[in-house]
Amino acid sequence: MASKRITVDGNEAAASVAYRASETIAIYPITPSSPMAEVCDEWASRKRPNLWGAIPELAEMQSEAGAAGAVHGALQAGALSTTFTASQGLLLMIPNMYKIAGELTPFVMHVAARTLATHALSIFGDHSDVMACRQTGFALLCSNSVQEAHDMAAVAHAATLETRIPFLHYFDGFRTSHEVAKIEEISDDDLRALISEPLIHAHRARGLTPDRPVLRGTAQNPDVFFQAREAANGFYDACPAVVERTMQAFAARTGRRYGLFEYVGDPAAERVIVLMGSGAETVHETVEYLTARGEKVGVLKVRLYRPFARSAFLAALPKTVRTLAVLDRTKEPGAPGDPLYLDVTTALAEAHADGVSPFAVPPRIIAGRYGLSSKEFTPAMIKAIFDEITQEKPKHHFTVGIVDDVTHTSLPWDPSFRTESADVSASVFYGLGADGTVGANKNSIKIVGQETELAAQGYFVYDSKKSGAITISHLRTSTRPIRSAYLVDRAGFVACHQFEFVDKIDVLECAAPGAAFLLNAPFAADQVWGHLPKELQEQMIERKVRFFAIDAYELAKKAGMGTRINTIMQTCFFAIAGILPRDAAITHIKKAIEKTYGKRGPEVVRRNCEVVDQALAHLHEIPVPAAVSATYRRPPIVSERAPDFVQKVTAVMLAGKGDLLPVSAFPVDGTWPIGTAKWEKRSIALEIPVWDAKICIQCNQCALVCPHAAIRAKVYDESALSGAPETFKWTAYKSQDHKGKQYTIQVAPEDCTGCNLCVNVCPAKDRTNPKHKAIDMHPQPPLRDSERVNYDFFLNLPEVNRTEMTRIDHKSSQFLEPLFEYSGACAGCGETPYLKMLTQLFGDRLLIANATGCSSIYGGNLPTTPYTTNRDGRGPAWSNSLFEDNAEFGFGFRMALDAHVAAARGLMQALAPQIGDGLAAALLDADQANEAGIAAQRDRVVALRRQLAGINTAEARRLETLADYLVKKSVWLVGGDGWAYDIGYGGLDHVLANQRDVNILVMDTEVYSNTGGQQSKATPLGAAAKFAAAGKPIGKKDLGLLANMYGHVYVAKVAFGAKMAQTAQAFLEAESYKGPSLIIAYSHCIAHGYDMANGASQQKLAVESGVWPLYRFDPRRVANGEPPLKLDYGPPKVKVADYLRNESRFRMIERADPARYKAFLKESQAAAERRYSVYEQLAGIKVPIVQPKDEEEPAKPELMET
Amino acid sequence: MDLTTTYLGMRLPHPLIVGAGPLGDELDRVRVLEDAGASLIVLRSLYEEEITGEQMDAFFNYDSYSESFAEAENFAPEPELALGPDEYLEHLRKIKSAVRIPVMASLNGVTPGGWLSFARLIEQAGADGLELHMFHAASDMATSSADVERHFVEIVSEVKRSVRIPVAVKMAPLFTAFAHFAKQIDAAGADGVVLFTRFSRADIDVNELEVVRSTPLSNSSDLLMRLRGAAAVSGRIKASIAITGGVHTGLDVIKATMAGAHATQMVSALLRNGPNHLRRVRDEIESWMVEHEWTSLSEMRGNMSLGKIADPAAYERANFRMALR
Repeated sequence: MASKRITVDGNEAAASVAYRASETIAIYPITPSSPMAEVCDEWASRKRPNLWGAIPELAEMQSEAGAAGAVHGALQAGALSTTFTASQGLLLMIPNMYKIAGELTPFVMHVAARTLATHALSIFGDHSDVMACRQTGFALLCSNSVQEAHDMAAVAHAATLETRIPFLHYFDGFRTSHEVAKIEEISDDDLRALISEPLIHAHRARGLTPDRPVLRGTAQNPDVFFQAREAANGFYDACPAVVERTMQAFAARTGRRYGLFEYVGDPAAERVIVLMGSGAETVHETVEYLTARGEKVGVLKVRLYRPFARSAFLAALPKTVRTLAVLDRTKEPGAPGDPLYLDVTTALAEAHADGVSPFAVPPRIIAGRYGLSSKEFTPAMIKAIFDEITQEKPKHHFTVGIVDDVTHTSLPWDPSFRTESADVSASVFYGLGADGTVGANKNSIKIVGQETELAAQGYFVYDSKKSGAITISHLRTSTRPIRSAYLVDRAGFVACHQFEFVDKIDVLECAAPGAAFLLNAPFAADQVWGHLPKELQEQMIERKVRFFAIDAYELAKKAGMGTRINTIMQTCFFAIAGILPRDAAITHIKKAIEKTYGKRGPEVVRRNCEVVDQALAHLHEIPVPAAVSATYRRPPIVSERAPDFVQKVTAVMLAGKGDLLPVSAFPVDGTWPIGTAKWEKRSIALEIPVWDAKICIQCNQCALVCPHAAIRAKVYDESALSGAPETFKWTAYKSQDHKGKQYTIQVAPEDCTGCNLCVNVCPAKDRTNPKHKAIDMHPQPPLRDSERVNYDFFLNLPEVNRTEMTRIDHKSSQFLEPLFEYSGACAGCGETPYLKMLTQLFGDRLLIANATGCSSIYGGNLPTTPYTTNRDGRGPAWSNSLFEDNAEFGFGFRMALDAHVAAARGLMQALAPQIGDGLAAALLDADQANEAGIAAQRDRVVALRRQLAGINTAEARRLETLADYLVKKSVWLVGGDGWAYDIGYGGLDHVLANQRDVNILVMDTEVYSNTGGQQSKATPLGAAAKFAAAGKPIGKKDLGLLANMYGHVYVAKVAFGAKMAQTAQAFLEAESYKGPSLIIAYSHCIAHGYDMANGASQQKLAVESGVWPLYRFDPRRVANGEPPLKLDYGPPKVKVADYLRNESRFRMIERADPARYKAFLKESQAAAERRYSVYEQLAGIKVPIVQPKDEEEPAKPELMET
Repeated sequence: MDLTTTYLGMRLPHPLIVGAGPLGDELDRVRVLEDAGASLIVLRSLYEEEITGEQMDAFFNYDSYSESFAEAENFAPEPELALGPDEYLEHLRKIKSAVRIPVMASLNGVTPGGWLSFARLIEQAGADGLELHMFHAASDMATSSADVERHFVEIVSEVKRSVRIPVAVKMAPLFTAFAHFAKQIDAAGADGVVLFTRFSRADIDVNELEVVRSTPLSNSSDLLMRLRGAAAVSGRIKASIAITGGVHTGLDVIKATMAGAHATQMVSALLRNGPNHLRRVRDEIESWMVEHEWTSLSEMRGNMSLGKIADPAAYERANFRMALR
């Protein structure tokens, strides 16, 4: 029977086997492996059986360490188990991996190999994580393509049972895990035939059971450990042969043949590249091209990397080889070579020494490194390697794919060298995340995959923004298998789904001569050409491009599809590319629409199908004139005023040409300048807020809620208005605290994302026309130029003098300069307003330790970052260590600061006579409780430095390095609920259990937002989330209450949309408290499934329904005889149902299982009432002030003075 | 005492039926209403606009974020059920299988396709009848009353063509030429007319400058305009007549019957007084009939309709003049 063809990505290909071959699955989300866990969860929730008719037991754990522990336990108890992970997650599993291997336990884990964080985090692919496990005792089995990710998964699950050696099956993160390709599916019968039932029984029989008790996990001593460790050797010796046999059995069932090492190329090759992973397929393609042209080259693909089978390796190589280039996709700084190179070198050297080498003359071995963090690895680079190793003295330990102009390791390559044959059709699509381009292209690949005999491949590149994200889709179809594991750089079809890209991106860079170019343009067909920049017109003429245009937005708008143009553009693609007959294509597009959007409802399907039917009538082929007629050139990427680094590095990255930057362009240690987001003018809002000064009540709420600091408030002297642009708006400020000053609300037109949060919170209506508010949305394009000038003027207005602020609260805080601006966070983000406020309140003395997650991505993902400085050059110092360790990481900041302060104070005391006793005493006793006090201390430090300059001692020099620490610093540990409630809870708890002065801000979105909405322990009862698709069956962990119980921790629960004043108050109190503080901040999130414009009102409902309490627990109140807990909300006055019904995460359950929803609702309502009652009682508890009776000196709390 | 009636071709033991509204939302409550003697129950309206709106919201709010970020293909689990009328239909099925009395559904459509497809689905889910809940936002300056009437009549005839279950038309009291319109609806094949829809109230919050909506419970004074409506068409159309809005007492039912109603729908009275109120009203009807020597409701049905009273003008201009006197 012919096998079934499916079009899937590498993750699903691997998970499909893992799920079927497992009884237990423990998971934890981490990019790029999360989809494997997600799809297994989805199958389990839909009751899909495994090979033995059971539904695997599946559990999400609190971390990868937890998942590893759980699978270890499941294995020990005799079950078949699997897990999925990558990168840091894999590192967290290492301790258990040693155990699992040491106990000779059959087990397979599937890894989407990803870069480890070093000088920077990277979510992309290389082998650094897998290579960190090669010493654990696991077998390492590599897949190079989507088909192989499916096939090797099967080989691994079969072989582990016989070998008793656990397997780490891996494939390249993103390049394979996220590539969509047509593959042959392994049937259940084939899998059953491979996976031996008696061996499963044997595994089960080794399981721990009180019916046949044994002991495992002993502690052994010097007398026996060593011998016992060596006792397992035989299993490793036998492993390669078992894997080979399994591969043969697999081939017998499926016809697909694999080996431990696979050689492709000239049988008499003289030059051979040795490598593993997706790059091996590109080398394969290149070798075929070169051998066809007479070159004696080949490639050896390493499949079973551990245990390394020397004889099989030697046997696979042609005897004619004279030079081997061994390529590693990882870097081991300081090692004599990267791991695969060392293994190959050792194997050959030992074979030679043992007299078993098949080579008369041992081949020369050259090491090379490529592809870190998914760096492109192309045939041109491979050709460069083959060329290099032809040299008499080739470069050893080379790099390829970059320009290393510092240590000169890199090989040059000729980018014009290409191997793709004429039978490959390649297409590139530029789209926005929000317009659905990638989704439609995935469907197109599936259509081609399922409806034609063609091979099909899709790969998708995203930028790092969460709002207005640009996507680039790379599609290939071919009559032959596609091995091109690199981006399309010569396309016969290019589509640009967003007109504004033509001014920003070189969209035709990859267009082949004669290519078709499809542009979504908001103009009549005869007007489009005239709106194109000169560069684009030139390219079109020069490359003889066939030009097509459609006004897809107009069509989508008319059909009630908003900005969703993907199915329109997909229809045009099929019509132009001609892969299928038009009618057939349209039929299949509609089927795909039904499949993709059917889950949203028939109306969504109907409207999509309607635009598909209308699309071609709106598509126009536009004759390309013979001559350029453009009136303008593409504007520069960044302003000419941008600093040198931004011009030379950031702008290149923004232009999508970061690959071209040489090593010398970069800092050596990952240190990066801040304040770069301001130079990236993305201009993504279709509409922006417009201020009406006449109506405005000057509450500043618009500025406070803005997630992107794109609408701001200022008060200033009237004199500052001289030279104001014509359309600049201001009005007299009405409050007492800045009497006589002028007031402006100003929008940053090119930084606003158009989220509408500001409009929705604006309380000021025009009494004669209430739909008009003090803030209304208006189309951006006509306002862009004038508001850009106004915004520049606004930014140059003087900032408010912080020391003159009589009080700082939610309103006045908005006059303080935000030092977090224009981040890449989602439009309407519920987290960033808190961070922005944090920087407004304390930004010039702020250190932030940021847990990995959304906030570390929009906070620190290049090319541009949002933290910035004030006019004095001060601003938040920010760093991200890891996901799990952030509390400890920030705690370390505090330890260092405390050490610096203690050292500085000691030196001050020692040097007081020289410094001047008065100044020294003032510095030591400074009251820094408010802005004036801090400013005065800064002045004193300046004076101190002056004094120190005249003191010629080592102590004075030391004090110079420490003097700035005498000014109060504010340490904030920032992250999401995944960190604080789950993976980082142990550390967070430990930090709370200390007395150091740290402030913890948990931006609680109630799911793992960054990895796609998986449940955390913060997910509320009844909410649908990934890994809780049927609604989370238990309630949210009360992190605040747990922290309250310590007694010495300041704890606040806040929701800016419900009570801005309380939010600001909590931040100020937490910061002023000289001990650990914890703020848990309600953060609405796109994962909640509603329009983020309503985020603030939904927060209000959360509080009014009692779902989200507001309180402040301040241990300082105890001393005044007051209860430490103060509630900032009243008894529930809105039904919980009124809160839940607005959010799809709850509504989804109501629809799928109304009875379950009703039970959740009942329990949530009761919980809200119970919660209020409990908190109300707690808020009445006064803690008695009891003096210790012991005559000894009572132990004083060691709260650090700073 | 014969309280039986025939409504939409269905033989009912008495005319007290539970009108469209929240009373049909809970299975347990429906059972209690049946036990209390309700002769038929109409479930709350299925609103096409609400359903399609929710589908499109889910599409925009979830799919706009899908496939746009390397770390997450999407941000929510795939829903098991599509948003659509399934939730309503499932509820209808459950109610239908739990009670013996007839169960009707109510439908408010927007598009012709919506009216038809949802009507068919409702029939397939087992409804004993269908109420078409028709209203038109009278604020549209481009649409004439004739356009509105034509549109509604077309929908009625098309729905009638596509389903076999009886179809009643619940109409608003705001038609300029109500009797003429009712006649057209009758001619289009409607099995009944339901008089009249009660709109939610729109009030103005003068401080917040917002429109505040509310749906207060009805009282017997709301009945009067319904009596006039029923009286105007009773005996002159083939379709059954139901009165909804303001039926609270036994005497209200007597009045409705005399105006020509075959059935009287109660919602507010039951929400205020509980399901047992049905028993009380029935007792009141029977006591009144005994006292006034009526043996059946059919005897009195329509006796006070326009065609049967001596002074038809009493329902029309005259009552206005007299009231002023």
